[in-house]
Amino acid sequence: MAVQAALALAPALRVAPRDPATETEALLGVAGWAAQFAPGVALEFPDGVLLEVSGSLKLFGGLESLLGRLRRGLAEMGWSSVLAGAPTPRAAFWLAWAGKQQFIGESAELEPVLAALPLEVLRCNDEALAAFEAIGVRTLGELRALPREGIARRFGQGPLAELDRALGRLSDPRNFFVPPARFGAALSLPADVTQAEALLFAARRLIIQLAGFLAARSGGVQRFVLSLRHRDKAATEIAIGLVAPSRDAEHFILLLRERLFNFTLAEPVREISLRADDVVPLAGHNLGLRFEQGKPPGQWEHLVERLRARLGADAVYGLVLRAEHRPERAVFAGELDSKQLHLDFGERPFWLLDRPKRIAEIGAVPHHKGPLELLAGPERIESGWWDGDDVARDYFVARTQSEALVWIYREWRGEGGWYLHGVFA
Amino acid sequence: MASMPFSFAVLLDRPDIWRGDSLSRAGAPTIPCGFPGLDAELPGRGWPAGALTEILPAHEGIGELRLLGPALAGLSKRGLRLVWIAPPHLPYAPALAAAGIDVANLVIVRTASPKETLWAAEQALASNACGAVLAWPQGAKYAELRRLQIAAEGGRAPAFLFRVPEAASESSPAPLRIALGTSDGGLAVRVLKRRGAPLAQPILLPPMPPAVRGKNHHVDRHPAAPAAARDFSARLVHA
Repeated sequence: MAVQAALALAPALRVAPRDPATETEALLGVAGWAAQFAPGVALEFPDGVLLEVSGSLKLFGGLESLLGRLRRGLAEMGWSSVLAGAPTPRAAFWLAWAGKQQFIGESAELEPVLAALPLEVLRCNDEALAAFEAIGVRTLGELRALPREGIARRFGQGPLAELDRALGRLSDPRNFFVPPARFGAALSLPADVTQAEALLFAARRLIIQLAGFLAARSGGVQRFVLSLRHRDKAATEIAIGLVAPSRDAEHFILLLRERLFNFTLAEPVREISLRADDVVPLAGHNLGLRFEQGKPPGQWEHLVERLRARLGADAVYGLVLRAEHRPERAVFAGELDSKQLHLDFGERPFWLLDRPKRIAEIGAVPHHKGPLELLAGPERIESGWWDGDDVARDYFVARTQSEALVWIYREWRGEGGWYLHGVFA
Repeated sequence: MASMPFSFAVLLDRPDIWRGDSLSRAGAPTIPCGFPGLDAELPGRGWPAGALTEILPAHEGIGELRLLGPALAGLSKRGLRLVWIAPPHLPYAPALAAAGIDVANLVIVRTASPKETLWAAEQALASNACGAVLAWPQGAKYAELRRLQIAAEGGRAPAFLFRVPEAASESSPAPLRIALGTSDGGLAVRVLKRRGAPLAQPILLPPMPPAVRGKNHHVDRHPAAPAAARDFSARLVHA
């Protein structure tokens, strides 16, 4: 249909020129995603992907179940699709191209079905089509009814060879698609997006594609980056880090949602892209044989990632012991699951104050909510001359009037005095 | 039809039947708290897993963490994570290690607001990926605590919520609520609420003072400094 005619029918129509490069990229993306369902994936430019599924049917629970997964995934990535199947790749592609969602299991059934397909599936040039039309041939069946020698003389071997390949009489070798080592996919948005929620909706399509790509490679990622391209400003990059490699699309989406929760967009977004460079091997999960009572144990890594996505990467940390006499330096905030030294520090309180708090000394007795009774001590800690932050303190365990136990010290440097440093909770 | 030899005793032996005058023995798993006197008074003989336990210390520093020490040590030794959400001070790893807790399994979560604290606690409980969750929520409302209780249910982690003593007068969905005070230097544990008959008398746990050790000095003195000139110990004996 001409553009003018289309606009006359639908004035609100937006007309965009075709972009072959983007189409090819999209096709490669779909192929990379689809490779999780079949060992052999081949491309049929510009819009077809062929999967050799005979070996996959059992794994995915039969044809219907496999088709369901394919349809759902393609729809989630925002593609409309026609799925068709046949014993030969050419026949399957022709059926899909002709819009027939048919699945033919036996070679014997192939011929009558193909006979009904229009000649256009051969994708020969307009001239040849017009010539066929002139002799009254509109379907593959009508073509086959003609003497082969005559057709070969008039139109060359091409159309007949194609037909023979579709019927499995000629071999039809394919170059299998090899997924790239890294993942990258972009999506230009139909309109400028200013809201994080709408962004998440669009990003979801790319994430589904990423998850399929990873499943095809039996891999996972520990980091992926969502890039937001604006009209004028430089792109905004949102990097999502994971504690352990994963390829769980729902988990990825959840992390992104937490991250976008408090995110203010600098400018409307025109295009988004998703990138994951380091794909690491990730085995599938075995299901347990036993049914456990109660909730199934959750994934610790997922919890940490969710907390970090919302509260910030620094908000979740572990503690690491260090061989150091200065109490405030004997432990530092570090990585989770850090290896620990086995050290004996002596009597230490469960709570350490962020910084020692000066307390009063009245009549040579330290006071904190009343006079303190010294129970144990002193423990002399004098250390740190080598780094300029040296301390000279005498620590005591003391009891408050309300029978709480605290850890205090007498400072021997500078102006001296008493300090509260910990609480024996 | 033969008369059915039906006896109430059989019925009452079922673990999911709870008689009002006894402690609940219902199947819900518990973690022994490590103090026999207290275990005996807790339904299922320990801290409930998959449920909230409120701890209301009269004030800081009377043994509110040492009370959990044996249970936390046991969980961490099994490789389970102990998640501390919005603790009021730095949990001091050397002391925790001395109490038998595997420091490698400690996880601290800092939050910027009471709302975030509740959110993080809910996530941690709902995930069922933690060995124990300790949280210090501030001014939590009944409905918010109810959300936490629902998130905890069915999970394996005990959830300890540390709250101010004034919270004792508010109602709470937590099945176990404990107020802590002191008595003769020991820890007085009052069970405010449990599944079963209320407990009138507080349970007195022996004083848990830090072991008083001998002098245990750590002096790394500058080799150049004359030791005698900087020795203050004579002055501090009578401090």
